[in-house]
Amino acid sequence: MSSSAVRVRVARSPRFRDPRPQRRPRYTHRVYTLSTVTLMSIGHALLGLLEAGPRHGYDLKRAFDERFGQDRPLHYGQVYSTMSRLLKNGLVEVDGVESGGGPERKRYAITDAGITDVERWLARPEKPEPYLQSTLYTKVVLALLTGRSAAELLDGQRAEHLRLMRILTDRKRSGDLADQLICDHALFHLEADLRWLELTAARLDQLASEVRA
Amino acid sequence: MIPAGSLLVAEGLRKTFGSTTALDDASFSVHPGEVVAVMGPSGSGKSTLLHCLAGIVRPDAGSVTYAGREITGLSDAERSALRRSDFGFVFQFGQLVPELSCVENVALPLRLGGVKRKEAERTAREWLERLEVGDTARKRPGDVSGGQGQRVAVARALVASPKVVFADEPTGALDTLNGERVMSLLTDTARRQNTAVVLVTHETRVAAYSDREIIVRDGRARDPERVA
Repeated sequence: MSSSAVRVRVARSPRFRDPRPQRRPRYTHRVYTLSTVTLMSIGHALLGLLEAGPRHGYDLKRAFDERFGQDRPLHYGQVYSTMSRLLKNGLVEVDGVESGGGPERKRYAITDAGITDVERWLARPEKPEPYLQSTLYTKVVLALLTGRSAAELLDGQRAEHLRLMRILTDRKRSGDLADQLICDHALFHLEADLRWLELTAARLDQLASEVRA
Repeated sequence: MIPAGSLLVAEGLRKTFGSTTALDDASFSVHPGEVVAVMGPSGSGKSTLLHCLAGIVRPDAGSVTYAGREITGLSDAERSALRRSDFGFVFQFGQLVPELSCVENVALPLRLGGVKRKEAERTAREWLERLEVGDTARKRPGDVSGGQGQRVAVARALVASPKVVFADEPTGALDTLNGERVMSLLTDTARRQNTAVVLVTHETRVAAYSDREIIVRDGRARDPERVA
C-alpha cells in the first residue's frame, strides 16, 4: 500500500472490545491507521510545527503526538532521524544547543527553504488511490471461479466493515473534535467500500456468467 | 431459536401486496435497550417489516410477539392503543402536525395518554431542551429547519418513555452533520432509558449507530443472531 493510501487502525473501545483472538490485534486486514499523517509526511508535519517557532526535538515529538499521533506516537528515533535529514537538506537549522546534566539538547528552527517546502507540500493535492486491484475484487472472482459462495463472502465482509464502523462511531461519540474528524475520514472510506460490496452483491449473477464464460 | 430476553420477536412473517411479495418468511428480534438496524436495498421489504413489527400492517402469515403477547391477532383498536402506550415513531420527514407548535407536537403522545396540558407541555419542553431545540417550542413545524424538525420528531417519539422506537430512515432528508446529531441524540437517549430502537436505513454510517444489523433481501430477513 502506498504512503498516501487511507489507513485506519482499529480503535480500542471499552464497549466494543473484539473478543476474537488476533495475531496482530492493533490492525485490521487492511492495515488502516487512525493517524492522519503517514510516514512520508512526518517531515512536513514537523516542519509545519516548527513554523510557529523553534523547538527542541522532545517538544516537537510531544506537539506531533498531541495533534496527529493519536494512537500512534512517534518514536524518538524517528524524530531525530527526520530532523537530521531536514538539517542535511537545509530545511531546518540548529538554533541553539543546551548542555546541562543530561545529554545535549538541540533546538531546531525552520529555514526559509523549509517554509517554502511546507507551502509547496500544503498546496499540492494528494493523489487519490483508486484501488483498482483490490483484494476484495480478487476474492469475489476467485470464489466464483472455484464454485464457492461469493454472496456469503460479501456478507461476511460487509459485517466486518460494519463492525469496524461501529467501533469508530463509538470512538467518535466519546472523542474530541480531532477524534471526530479522523474517525469521519475513516468512516467515509469504509462506507465507500460498503457501497461497492452492495453493488457487487447486486451484480453477482452477471459477474458469475462473465467469469465462468 | 428465539433469543432469550427478547422484547419484540417476529417469526415467519409473510406479506404480499397484490402480486408483489414484500415479506417472505422474515424473522426478527430485539432486546430491551438494544438498537437494531434493518438494512437492505430499496424495495427489499425493510419498511414493510417495520410496519408489521409495529402493528401498523397485519402480516398475511407469521407471528409478532411483543413482551410475551402475540399482537397480530389484536383488533385495530387494541393495536392502536399498544402503539400509543408502548411505541414511538420517527419517520423520514418528521410527520409533525403542521397546525400545532413544536412543543404541542411533542406533548401530543402524553396528552393522548391522559396527561394534563400544562404538565404535558412542561415535560415536552424538557425534551426539546434535551434534544437541543428548546428555542423551537413556540414555532410551527413549517418555521423550523429540517434538522430541527427531525429532533422535534425524536423528542415526540421518546417523550412518553416508550419501550420501542421505530425509526424509518430518520436521517434520510438531512445533511450529514444534522443526520449524525439526530442519530447520536436518538440512540444515546434510547439507551439511557432502556428503549429498544428498530432503525430502518440503507445508510451504513447511520447503521453504525446500532448494536447489530439485520439484512433484508427479497423479503427475507437474515438475522445473524438467530442463525448462530
